[in-house]
Amino acid sequence: MSTTPETALPAEETAGHGDINVGVTGASGSGEATASATRITPGNALRPEDIALAVSRGSAKPSEDAAEFALRLGDDALILAQRLGHWISRAPELEEDVALGNIALDELGHARSFLSYAGGLDGRSEDDLAYFRSEHEFRSAALFEQPNGDFAVTIARQFVVSYYQFELYRRLMSSTDSTLAGIAAKAVKEVDYHRDHSAQWVLRLALGTDESRQRMIHAFKVVWPFVDELFHDDELTGRLSEAGAAPQPSSLREDFDRLTGEVLAEAELEVPNVQPTPGGGRRGLHSEHLGYILAEMQVLAREHPGASW
Amino acid sequence: MIPNDTPTSQARPGTPVAVAPTEPQAGNVWPIWEVFVRSSRGLSHVHAGSLHAPDAAMALRNARDLYTRRNEGVSIWVVPADAIASSDPDSKGSFFESPQGKDYRHATYYTKSEGVKHL
Repeated sequence: MSTTPETALPAEETAGHGDINVGVTGASGSGEATASATRITPGNALRPEDIALAVSRGSAKPSEDAAEFALRLGDDALILAQRLGHWISRAPELEEDVALGNIALDELGHARSFLSYAGGLDGRSEDDLAYFRSEHEFRSAALFEQPNGDFAVTIARQFVVSYYQFELYRRLMSSTDSTLAGIAAKAVKEVDYHRDHSAQWVLRLALGTDESRQRMIHAFKVVWPFVDELFHDDELTGRLSEAGAAPQPSSLREDFDRLTGEVLAEAELEVPNVQPTPGGGRRGLHSEHLGYILAEMQVLAREHPGASW
Repeated sequence: MIPNDTPTSQARPGTPVAVAPTEPQAGNVWPIWEVFVRSSRGLSHVHAGSLHAPDAAMALRNARDLYTRRNEGVSIWVVPADAIASSDPDSKGSFFESPQGKDYRHATYYTKSEGVKHL
C-alpha cells in the first residue's frame, strides 16, 4: 500500500490490535503450545473501526472527490451485502448459507470502511450514511440492487461483481489516497475469494444438469444488461484518475472481459448479447428495487434512532 | 453439519453436481466430508468437524468458510467420510485394553544405568 505523508494513517492505528483470544485459557505468547483446530485469533488487518478512529482524529480526511468516490464503492458493497444476507437459511445447503453469508459480511466490512471514510468529509458516521440517506442520495450501480432471483442469478451477479471489484481494488491499492489504498488492500484478498467461489458455481451449474445449465444461461441474460454501467467514466472518475487517486472505470474493462471470458468459455457459455441499461446509479437514479431494500434495511434505525443492543 | 440419517449420494467426488433450487430430494444430498485443519506451521492437522459438499474442490471451500472464519488455520485437508475406516467401539476391550499393565513398554519402568548421560 502506498502512502502519502498528508493522509497516511498513524502507525499506532494500522498496527496490531492486541490479543483478544476468546475462550482459550493459557494461550499467551506465541500460543503454539495450546494451539488447536478451533483457536480463535483476530489477526491484524485494517478494520472499519480504525478508519473511523483516524477520521475522528482528523488524521484521515477525504477530499470532496475521494469522499464521493468512497460513497459509490461503499454503497455498492452495502446494497450487495443487504441482498446477500437474504440467503441466510435459504441457500441450497447450510454450507452455502454460510458461504454467501461470509461474502455478505466481507462486503459489509468494505462498506463500513468506505462509508466511514466518506463521512469524514462532513462528520457523518457510517450509520448516518447507511440509515439516514434517502434513495436518490445513494450512489450504488444498478447491478448491486438487482433481486437475488434463483441461486443461479445470485451467482451470476456475484460473478460479475467480484471480477469487477477485484480489478478495481487491485488498482486502488496504488492510489495516492492512502486510506482508499489501505481499504482496497484489505478488500482485494477477500474479493479474490469471492471470484473463486462464484466461478466454481458458474462451472458447476453450467456443466451440471440440463436444468442447472438453463438456469445459469438465463441468469447471465438477466444480469448482463447491468454490466456496462460499472465501467462508465464520468467527471469525478476523470479528476480522480488524473490525481492518481482512482482508476478510470473503463480501464478495468479489458481485464474484466478477459478473465470472465475465460471462465465463461470453460463453462461453455456465451457472453450474453443483450442491450445495456443506461445506468444512472452514480447520479442517484436507481431501479425500482432500491427503495424496497432501503425500507427494510433502514426501518429499525429510523423507528428507533440511536437504539443499540 | 451432519444430519441424523446417513445420506447416500449419487454424487461422486470430482463430478459437478447441480444444486436443486428447492429442497434437496432424498438421494440427491451432498456427501459428507471430514475436515482437518492445521492451525499453524509445525503442528499436525486436527479433526475439526464435517460438512456437506458436492465434490472435493467445493469441500475445501466450504471447509474454509465453516472452519477457518476466525483465523484458525493455515492448511485444510478434506476427506470423504466414507473413505475413513474406524475402529469398532464395541471391541474396545480386545483392541485397546491389552497394553494396560505392560509397564515395561514405558521408559519409566527401567532404572537408569549409572554413568549414562542425556537421559
